[in-house]
Amino acid sequence: MYNPTVARLTYRALLGRRRALILGALPALLIVIAVAVRLLNGADDHAATEILGGFALASMVPLVGVIAGTGAIAPEIDDGSIVYLLSKPLDRRTIITTKLLVAIGVTLAFTTLPILLAGFILNGNSQVIAGAFAVAAAVASIAYSAVFLLLGTVSRNAVVFGLVYALVWEALFGSLVPGARALSIQQWSLAIAERIAGPGADITSEVSLPAALILLLVATGLGTWYAARRLGSLTLAGER
Amino acid sequence: MTPPTAQDARIHNIGYRRYEGERLGAGYARLSLFVHSLRGGFGLGRSARSKVLPFGLFAIMCFPAVVMVAVAVMTGLDEMPIEYQGYGLAMQPILSLYIALAAPQMVSLDLRFRTIPLYFSRPMSPADYVRAKFAALSAAIFLFVAIPLTIAYAGGLLAELGFADQTSGYLRGLVAAAVLAVTHAGVALVVASRTPRRGFGVAAIIAVLTVPYFAVTAVQAIANEQGGSDAIGWLGLFSPTTLMDGLQSAFLGGTSGFPGEAGPSTGAGVGYLLVTVGLVALCHVLLVRRYRKAGL
Repeated sequence: MYNPTVARLTYRALLGRRRALILGALPALLIVIAVAVRLLNGADDHAATEILGGFALASMVPLVGVIAGTGAIAPEIDDGSIVYLLSKPLDRRTIITTKLLVAIGVTLAFTTLPILLAGFILNGNSQVIAGAFAVAAAVASIAYSAVFLLLGTVSRNAVVFGLVYALVWEALFGSLVPGARALSIQQWSLAIAERIAGPGADITSEVSLPAALILLLVATGLGTWYAARRLGSLTLAGER
Repeated sequence: MTPPTAQDARIHNIGYRRYEGERLGAGYARLSLFVHSLRGGFGLGRSARSKVLPFGLFAIMCFPAVVMVAVAVMTGLDEMPIEYQGYGLAMQPILSLYIALAAPQMVSLDLRFRTIPLYFSRPMSPADYVRAKFAALSAAIFLFVAIPLTIAYAGGLLAELGFADQTSGYLRGLVAAAVLAVTHAGVALVVASRTPRRGFGVAAIIAVLTVPYFAVTAVQAIANEQGGSDAIGWLGLFSPTTLMDGLQSAFLGGTSGFPGEAGPSTGAGVGYLLVTVGLVALCHVLLVRRYRKAGL
């Protein structure tokens, strides 16, 4: 289910040349903000929740997820070079799972570690806020990667649709229509953070923990399965 | 000795004729590029599939205006539920998506298919190209915001909300939309002109437009709790969205979306104006420098 060569190619497509720097700008911004807030403000649990929940988990994790998830496969389908990969004697499910693992790895590296670091800078992990958001970000990274990888195999405008989901659905509709919040990866991961963090941390989620866990598993599993199916039935003579 | 074929050689008149029509010059080329780019921004003159997203987003953009009018007429309000000045900012996610879609469409494809040298072989300088694209994207964003405003204004007049109030609000809304269009077009074009790949450009523009906004809002919320309403105003300088928000609340009489509705002070307001002008000038300089060399 894992092929080192495919993994190396995907990894280079995602982080080769200057792309790692661009992707690294987001976590760097988070760390800078964390340091600035700590210096100006001192350690404060509420500030930590505000930065990690309102900025890191709400905008950084989905964005890195979109870039890594769709970037792992969509450009190759777009310019047709996926043909060379598909014509090798490799199971297409292996290709998908390998690309998914690389996308998850990249998203984790660029979100979870910086969030943990920023949390420690902000309040020294009091009330386990840093740990809670790091775990939430890790879980969200996995789900986002699977969903956006699926989008990459379904549509040529994968990046746009991924951003529509992340921005319009989770941010705009989520703040206007309460029901929309129940169907958002951000809220599912918040449910986990709510459970881990101390009672004074003021993290709230719309969904209960068991429901969140089930939905996360279903989204990840279904996303991977259907992406493999889509790639399996991808015709090489694409309709242009 | 001459080869035997040379004796049969003769020059045929293949009917080549010089172009004797009017030479329309660089101005016409600029205008053509502007119109072509503006139409492209809405998918006009392209396939039906590429019209879906711009017009879908545009429909979503107009939807609150229509609802506003309906609510105003039904319930007999005496003013619009959303201010004209803040309309573009209230719809920021949709607007960002549209900008992220339109900007790479305008410049990244020229880079990808290497058509830039073809443009510059016409009587057009790189600065002309930049200005035409800049104007086209600004106009596209302006239309994207101003048409819903016009719908709301027409509805407001029909609902008899007061002609003077509505007109002054509408005009200030148009000014806010124009400033918003020019600044956002500049930032988006600078980002899009760095990458020939469309998907990457879309993600990068969204990141540049929204990540600073989320960051600034989170820090502002903290400043609000610490009671630093001065700091809130200055923090707003650091993202395009809050920059526009501060500008419209300082000069156009709008309500700020900052925490506690604490708009910038008068001093900070001047700062907002300077930063806005500086940002547009900087974007223009960066773009002209980017296209100084015709290749990639």
